[in-house]
Amino acid sequence: MKQMGKLAWALWFGYAFLYVPIALLIFYSFNESRLVTVWGGFSTKWYAELLQNDQLLGAAWLSLKVAAMSATASVVLGTVAGLALARFGRFRGRTLFGGMITAPLVMPEVITGLSLLLLFVALEQAIGWPDGRGMTTITIAHTTFTMAYVAVIIQSRLVSLDESLEEAAMDLGARPAKVFFVITLPIIAPAIVSGWLLAFTLSLDDVVVASFVSGPGSTTLPMVIFSSVKFGISPQINALATLMVVVVATGIFIASLVMARQDRQRKRDEQMAVQGG
Amino acid sequence: MIDLLRRIGLWGRGVVVAIPYLWLLLFFLVPFLIVFGISLSEAMLAQPPYAPLIDWLVDEDAETTKLQILLNLSNYLRLGGDDLYILAYLNSVKIALVTTVCCLLLGYPMAYAIARAEPSRRGPLMMLVILPFWTSFLIRIYAWIGILKANGVVDNLLQWTGLTTEPFELLYSDWAVYIGMTYCYLPFMVLPLYATLEKLDPTLLEAAADLGCRPWKAFLTVTLPLSLPGIIAGSLLVFIPSVGEFVTPELLGGPDTLMIGRVLWNEFFANRDWPVASAVAIALLLFLVVPIMVFQHVQGRQTEAGR
Repeated sequence: MKQMGKLAWALWFGYAFLYVPIALLIFYSFNESRLVTVWGGFSTKWYAELLQNDQLLGAAWLSLKVAAMSATASVVLGTVAGLALARFGRFRGRTLFGGMITAPLVMPEVITGLSLLLLFVALEQAIGWPDGRGMTTITIAHTTFTMAYVAVIIQSRLVSLDESLEEAAMDLGARPAKVFFVITLPIIAPAIVSGWLLAFTLSLDDVVVASFVSGPGSTTLPMVIFSSVKFGISPQINALATLMVVVVATGIFIASLVMARQDRQRKRDEQMAVQGG
Repeated sequence: MIDLLRRIGLWGRGVVVAIPYLWLLLFFLVPFLIVFGISLSEAMLAQPPYAPLIDWLVDEDAETTKLQILLNLSNYLRLGGDDLYILAYLNSVKIALVTTVCCLLLGYPMAYAIARAEPSRRGPLMMLVILPFWTSFLIRIYAWIGILKANGVVDNLLQWTGLTTEPFELLYSDWAVYIGMTYCYLPFMVLPLYATLEKLDPTLLEAAADLGCRPWKAFLTVTLPLSLPGIIAGSLLVFIPSVGEFVTPELLGGPDTLMIGRVLWNEFFANRDWPVASAVAIALLLFLVVPIMVFQHVQGRQTEAGR
């Protein structure tokens, strides 16, 4: 078991590599000094300043709206796409469809951003829509690249799922639409929730694609952070980062608690069903 | 009757598939065709700043209209003829390769250790790897600026221990880019590696040990070949986006850290030369087509195997 000891060291080194930078970031957000990495005493003044920064708050609000809308749209489109890939067998054009689903996962962001911007410009010239660039175009762009993630999550959940439940419902005369809403949807609900959360996070995180497809007056939060970070570090960004980490950590903690409870509930139900039968 | 119902069912399926299909065609495939088209155009001072490819020339005297299609390859010739672009492509590949190798060296032992842990502990341990991925990419890159800059955490530590007396700056160098990119892409490597290593049958290793095989040899001849699909998937998942990376080299790299994503960005935003930016994108895409197709193949096979 000597080897396991070495492995454990590798594992802890990996975790340290992943978490120490975030911990330092949080630590220095409570620093009194303007020089971020020189300790000048404990203070929460950067948080207070953050709440008075109107430009930042406006950008944050825009980002949250875009993220919520694009996550919702991409969950709808991605669920349908994942269902088609996992359940519809070989339909015409499946190869192209599968390709268009997986390619955005690895496509460099600069290419996605440039190509979508050129599409929007060409569309505006041809049919007058979208009229200028802003929230709508950012939302469409984010939906396009996040739906791929949702589709992959839903597809892998459906593939690992036994088809017999759906077949049984069909045999009992349920229409496909009813089977989907009564049987499939409740089973894949946890995957849909994680897909939505992932799409929301990815949208909230994107700076490159948004920079291409945004117009004047529609600056998202990552774009504000990016342009201020380019001129060096500032304690306000540390405070903002801390808040974001706290929000994400809380969200994930709650989500995993809820899912664990649902899982226990389902196991209990299954046991009851077995005992009852 | 049943035939009719089946036909309605198939029709319904068609409608269901059509929605995401059309969305992807319009917002994913068509844009590439437009990028390709504009890469053959000429830059000019206009709104939008490129010459139209297809033009109707109206000849008033003869009362006829002529269709004129102008294509020029000068943008591509410029890419091939200018050292800047070739160096940027080569440098991007180099940085992406180093990042991939670093992620593999760091991620493989992690994935292996998690896959060998108690089954009840695997979930939480894996969760700890994925968790940073949920916090903003930009924030994680930003965290490294404070660590690597002169008078930053690393510098202070080195001066405090007396290893250096002069301010020591890692920031704005290729090293900072390697560290930042490895940091950001590590979860992408660990995830597929863990998925294949977890499925690995431990009795195979026991059999090898019973037959007198040393642990290291068993690892090289049994574990490593069997985890190859995970290694390939993880490497591609890191390598492909790394080649076109923009944010990390822009924030952590020096002015001479040339990467193709940065070149594209500057052509587009600073020079406003949309045709050249498009040509850079198409050239990058052509370079990535083979790795992307291999990735799709591996991805498809893994989903099938999940059945």
